[in-house]
Amino acid sequence: MKQITIGDIVRGDQEVFPPYLYEAYQSTRRRAPTLPLIEVPLTLSELTGPGPAISAITPEDADLTRNAGTGGEAIGQRIIMTGRILDDRGNPVPNTLLEIWQANAAGRYLHKRDQWPGPLDPNFLGMGRCLTNEKGVYRFLTIRPGAYPWKNHPNAWRPAHIHFSVFGPSTLSRLVTQMYFPDDPLHSIDPVMNSIPTEDARKRLIATYDHSVTEPEWALGYRWDIVLHGPYATPFELPQREETR
Amino acid sequence: MSTFPLTGSQTVGPFFGPGLLREDARRNVLTQPETVGERIRIEGRVLDGDGIPVPDAMVEIWQANAHGRYNHPADQGPVSLDPTFLGFGRAGTGEDGSYWFETIKPGPVSFSKEQQQAPHICITVFARGLLNHVVTRLYFEDEPANALDPILQYVPEERRATLLARRESEGAPVVYRFDIILQGAGETAFFNV
Repeated sequence: MKQITIGDIVRGDQEVFPPYLYEAYQSTRRRAPTLPLIEVPLTLSELTGPGPAISAITPEDADLTRNAGTGGEAIGQRIIMTGRILDDRGNPVPNTLLEIWQANAAGRYLHKRDQWPGPLDPNFLGMGRCLTNEKGVYRFLTIRPGAYPWKNHPNAWRPAHIHFSVFGPSTLSRLVTQMYFPDDPLHSIDPVMNSIPTEDARKRLIATYDHSVTEPEWALGYRWDIVLHGPYATPFELPQREETR
Repeated sequence: MSTFPLTGSQTVGPFFGPGLLREDARRNVLTQPETVGERIRIEGRVLDGDGIPVPDAMVEIWQANAHGRYNHPADQGPVSLDPTFLGFGRAGTGEDGSYWFETIKPGPVSFSKEQQQAPHICITVFARGLLNHVVTRLYFEDEPANALDPILQYVPEERRATLLARRESEGAPVVYRFDIILQGAGETAFFNV
């Protein structure tokens, strides 16, 4: 039986974040750092970050069903994706930029390296972005992405997912992740999702269907909250030196 | 104080370009004509454990302005903001693993009341195969303040050179070369932040 190595170099909380080396996901093998990460005090460089400035100037583009510029509408099951961005004390993260990207309803990305024979949709670019409101709430209108095959191992398929990139208030809160849909039989055989070390943390990547978000005669509603690392620490202070006289 | 469990990270995968590198989201050039500071160009490659270029990576940078101030509410001075300088850059890598930025050399930023940090640029790299982004810093090899930098001293001495950008030309702008080696010989020192 083949040994699958799971590395022990992890940035951040080991109960939540995947190790860099997770051999079942082949692309980690030659890209994962193998030397210990350097532990350093947090300084102004880490307690600041581009979030506030970039969020203030980036225009929203939150309707993926109609943002291809063709005048046409994307094909697929229309969905509303909404939720809150919180810090780990439960405070909402307002006015922060989210960028998302995803495959179309057939599971195909509009990308030159995606060449599997799923059909492209001329009315779907698969990218969008929005800002959270003052309560930390984001909202996208999109279509449910399809699952798609990849070459990681024989007959490998990624479960349907939407990629999320979030800034938050500091460098510490920067997060890129993937959101999955409930009741998908592909979850248990997906090495990317299973690189998350605990069942609880994996479950937190799965949206819930929410009928109160669903709009009649229009779109199904899904809810998914994201919790970011908060910037609580104050910049490192050196102990006061004894004055020598 | 209740703690809300964090959301875990996942790889950007191979197909992030159209979303994250769309024309108004890509930021190779951080400067405007009025931006204060010494113009520099950062060039480098992202390489894997076999020394093979990583063509599907994204590099983000974050830096202070020429006076040493971050464009962020947590940085309250005392030096001034530059209204023409955001301090954020984002670049994709090419087929040869290369990336570049045109920016200014940042000023020194505060570490504590008594001490400053050497000029540096914060770097974050995302790629297919990176389940979590990697975080490092670029320092300037010809900067005397490096010797007293409080963060560099946490980096084992034999690995410090991986954080020093090499000055390559005397022209304008000055080119600094900074390769990011994800794994293996010369592996870049990455931080747990």
